[in-house]
Amino acid sequence: MTVTAESSTRTPVRPDLTGRSLSTRRRIVNHLATGGIYLAVLLAVIPLGLVTWTVVSRGGGVMSLDFLNADIPNSYRREGPGMGPAIVGTLIITGMASLMAIPLGVFGAIYLNEYGKQKPLARIIRIMADVMTGVPSIVMGLFVYIGWVLLVGEQSGFAGSLALACLMLPVVIRSSEEMLRLVPDELRQASLALGARKWRTILTVVLPAAISGITSGSLLAVARAAGETAPIIIVTGITFASNPNLFEGTNTALPAQIFRNASQPFVGAQDRAWGAALTLIVIVVLFTVVARIIANRFALKER
Amino acid sequence: MTITENKPDTRPTLTPQRGGLLADRAFSWWTLGTGLLVLAILALILVTTVKEAWPAFAEMGFRYVTERTWDPNPAQGDAVFGALSFMYGTAVSSLIALLIAVPVSIGIALFITELAHRRLRGTAITVIDLLAAVPSVVFGLWGILVLAPALVPFYQWLHDVLGGVPVLGSLFGEAASGRNFMTAGLILAIMVTPIITSICREVFGTVPQADKDAALALGATRWEMIRGAVFPHSFGGIVGAVMLGLGRAMGETIAVALVIGGATNISANLFEPGNTMAAVIVQQFGESTGTFTAALIGLGVVLFAMTVAINLTAQAIVRRAEARMRGGVA
Repeated sequence: MTVTAESSTRTPVRPDLTGRSLSTRRRIVNHLATGGIYLAVLLAVIPLGLVTWTVVSRGGGVMSLDFLNADIPNSYRREGPGMGPAIVGTLIITGMASLMAIPLGVFGAIYLNEYGKQKPLARIIRIMADVMTGVPSIVMGLFVYIGWVLLVGEQSGFAGSLALACLMLPVVIRSSEEMLRLVPDELRQASLALGARKWRTILTVVLPAAISGITSGSLLAVARAAGETAPIIIVTGITFASNPNLFEGTNTALPAQIFRNASQPFVGAQDRAWGAALTLIVIVVLFTVVARIIANRFALKER
Repeated sequence: MTITENKPDTRPTLTPQRGGLLADRAFSWWTLGTGLLVLAILALILVTTVKEAWPAFAEMGFRYVTERTWDPNPAQGDAVFGALSFMYGTAVSSLIALLIAVPVSIGIALFITELAHRRLRGTAITVIDLLAAVPSVVFGLWGILVLAPALVPFYQWLHDVLGGVPVLGSLFGEAASGRNFMTAGLILAIMVTPIITSICREVFGTVPQADKDAALALGATRWEMIRGAVFPHSFGGIVGAVMLGLGRAMGETIAVALVIGGATNISANLFEPGNTMAAVIVQQFGESTGTFTAALIGLGVVLFAMTVAINLTAQAIVRRAEARMRGGVA
C-alpha cells in the first residue's frame, strides 16, 4: 500500500536521549564535577571520623569511675585521674544559664510571633537576634567580665552562666519563634472565640502546642553552650576542687580544663584533656540526641 | 408551636471571666521587654567594652591599628599595644579557612540537594549537624596534639617542592612546627563548613524545579544544569553564606588559640606561628592589668564591630536573595 511504502521511505527523526552523543569534553567535565561533589562530602567526613576516633580511643583509655569523681590534680605535671569538679561545674553553670536564657528566650519569641509580627520593632529585634548569634563568644565573655565580674569583684560560676545565657538567648528566641509560627491560627481563633484572654490563649493553647519544638530547640542551644570555652576561661577562673556555690569563689568547667591541659607538654595533663573531651562530647551528644528524638516524635508537622 | 416553645436561655456570656484587661496588658509588655533584651544586651556590649577599652585607645591613638609591636611588659620604656599583627593573623587564617571551606561546603550542599538519594541525604545532613555539634575546644585539642605534629612532614614536603617558585615560595616557607597560620586555617575550615553548608542548602532549595528541568530538557548535563540554573539563581545567597562563615571564622577563639602558635608575627610564610585577635584575648587576659587589660578589651571592641558589620551585611544579602527567589517561584 501507498501508506506503508511512504512510511518505510521516511526515516523518523528520533532524538537521541541517551546522552551517548555528548561530546567527550562535556562528559568529562560532568564526571569531574560529580567526582568533586563526592570528594567534598568525603572531606567533611574525614575530620569528623578522625576526631571521633581519637577522642574515643584516647579518652576511653583514661575513663573510669575515679576519673569522673576525683578532684583535679593541682599540678599539670602530675599523672592520674580527676575531672569531677569540671563535670559538676559544667552541669551547674550550663544549668543556671538555661534557667535564665530559655524562659526569657521563649517570651521573646512570643513577642515576635504573637504581638510584634511584622512591625518595624519586631523586625529589628529579629535581625539583631540573628546578628547576636554571630557575636564571638570571647566578646560575650569580655562583656560579662566588665558588667559582672568587675562589679562584684570576683570571678564566679554565675558569671559563666551569665555569659552562656547571653550566647543561648538569641538561639532560643529564633528557634522558638519558628516553632510558634507552625501553630495553626485556627487554634488561637478557637480559644479566643471561647472567650479566653490573649495571654491565656498563648500560655494554655499556643505554647503547649509548640512545646516539643521549643524543647528540642532549647536543648540544642544547651548543647552548644556546654561546649563554649572562651567566656568561661575569662569569667569563672579556675579551681581544682568542687565548688557547688555558683555565686562565691572560682569554678571550672570541662571545656576550660580541656584548653588548660591541651597545651601542656606533660602526658598526665594531655590524658586528662582527652578524658575531659570524651566526657564533654558524650554530654553534648546526649543533649543533641534527646533533642532530635523529641523533635522527630512530637513535633508539629509543617503544613 | 415548637418554634416558639420557651427554652432556658443558653446564650454564652461574652465577657471574659478570668484574667482582665490588666493581665493582658501586663503580659504583652512583659514579652516586649524580653524581646527588647536582645537590643539592650547588644547596646550594652558596645557601650561597656568601648568604655573599658578607652584608656588603651586614648594612649595609643591611631597607632593601635597601625603598629605591629605588641609589648605589654617591656624591659624599658612604655608598653606598646599595636594590634596590626593580630588583625593580620585573623585575616590570613580566616582567608585560608574560606578558601578551603567554601568549595567543600558548596559541594556538600549540591550533594544534598541535587545528587543524593533520600537515605544518603539524611546521612549527609547528620554528618554536618554532628560536625557543628562538636565543641570547638575538642577540635583545638585534636589540632594541637594530633593534626599539627602530623602535618609537619607534609608542610616540609610542600616547602621542598614549591619553595623555589618566586611568589608561591614566600607563602610556603620553612615549617618549624605544626602550630602556624595554615593549621589554624585548616581547623577553622572544619568549623565554618557546617554553617556555610546549611545556608547554601537552603538557598539551593529555593531554585525552582522548572528551571532545573528546563535545563536538563535542553540537553544539559547535570553539571551544566547546576552551573546554568542553580548557581546564577542562588549567587546572592552563596555570597551571604560565605560572609556568615567569615564572621564565624574571625570570632573563633579557642581552637585557634591552641593551634596558631601564639606569636606576634606578620609573615607571608603560612608555616610560621602567629596569632589572632580572639586568641590573644583568651591567652593573655589572665595575666593582664591596667592598660594591658584595656588593650585586650579593645581587641574585643574591634572584633565585635567587625563581626556585627559582617553579619548584618550577610543577613541582608541572604534575606534579599531568598525573598527574590520566593517571589520568582510564585
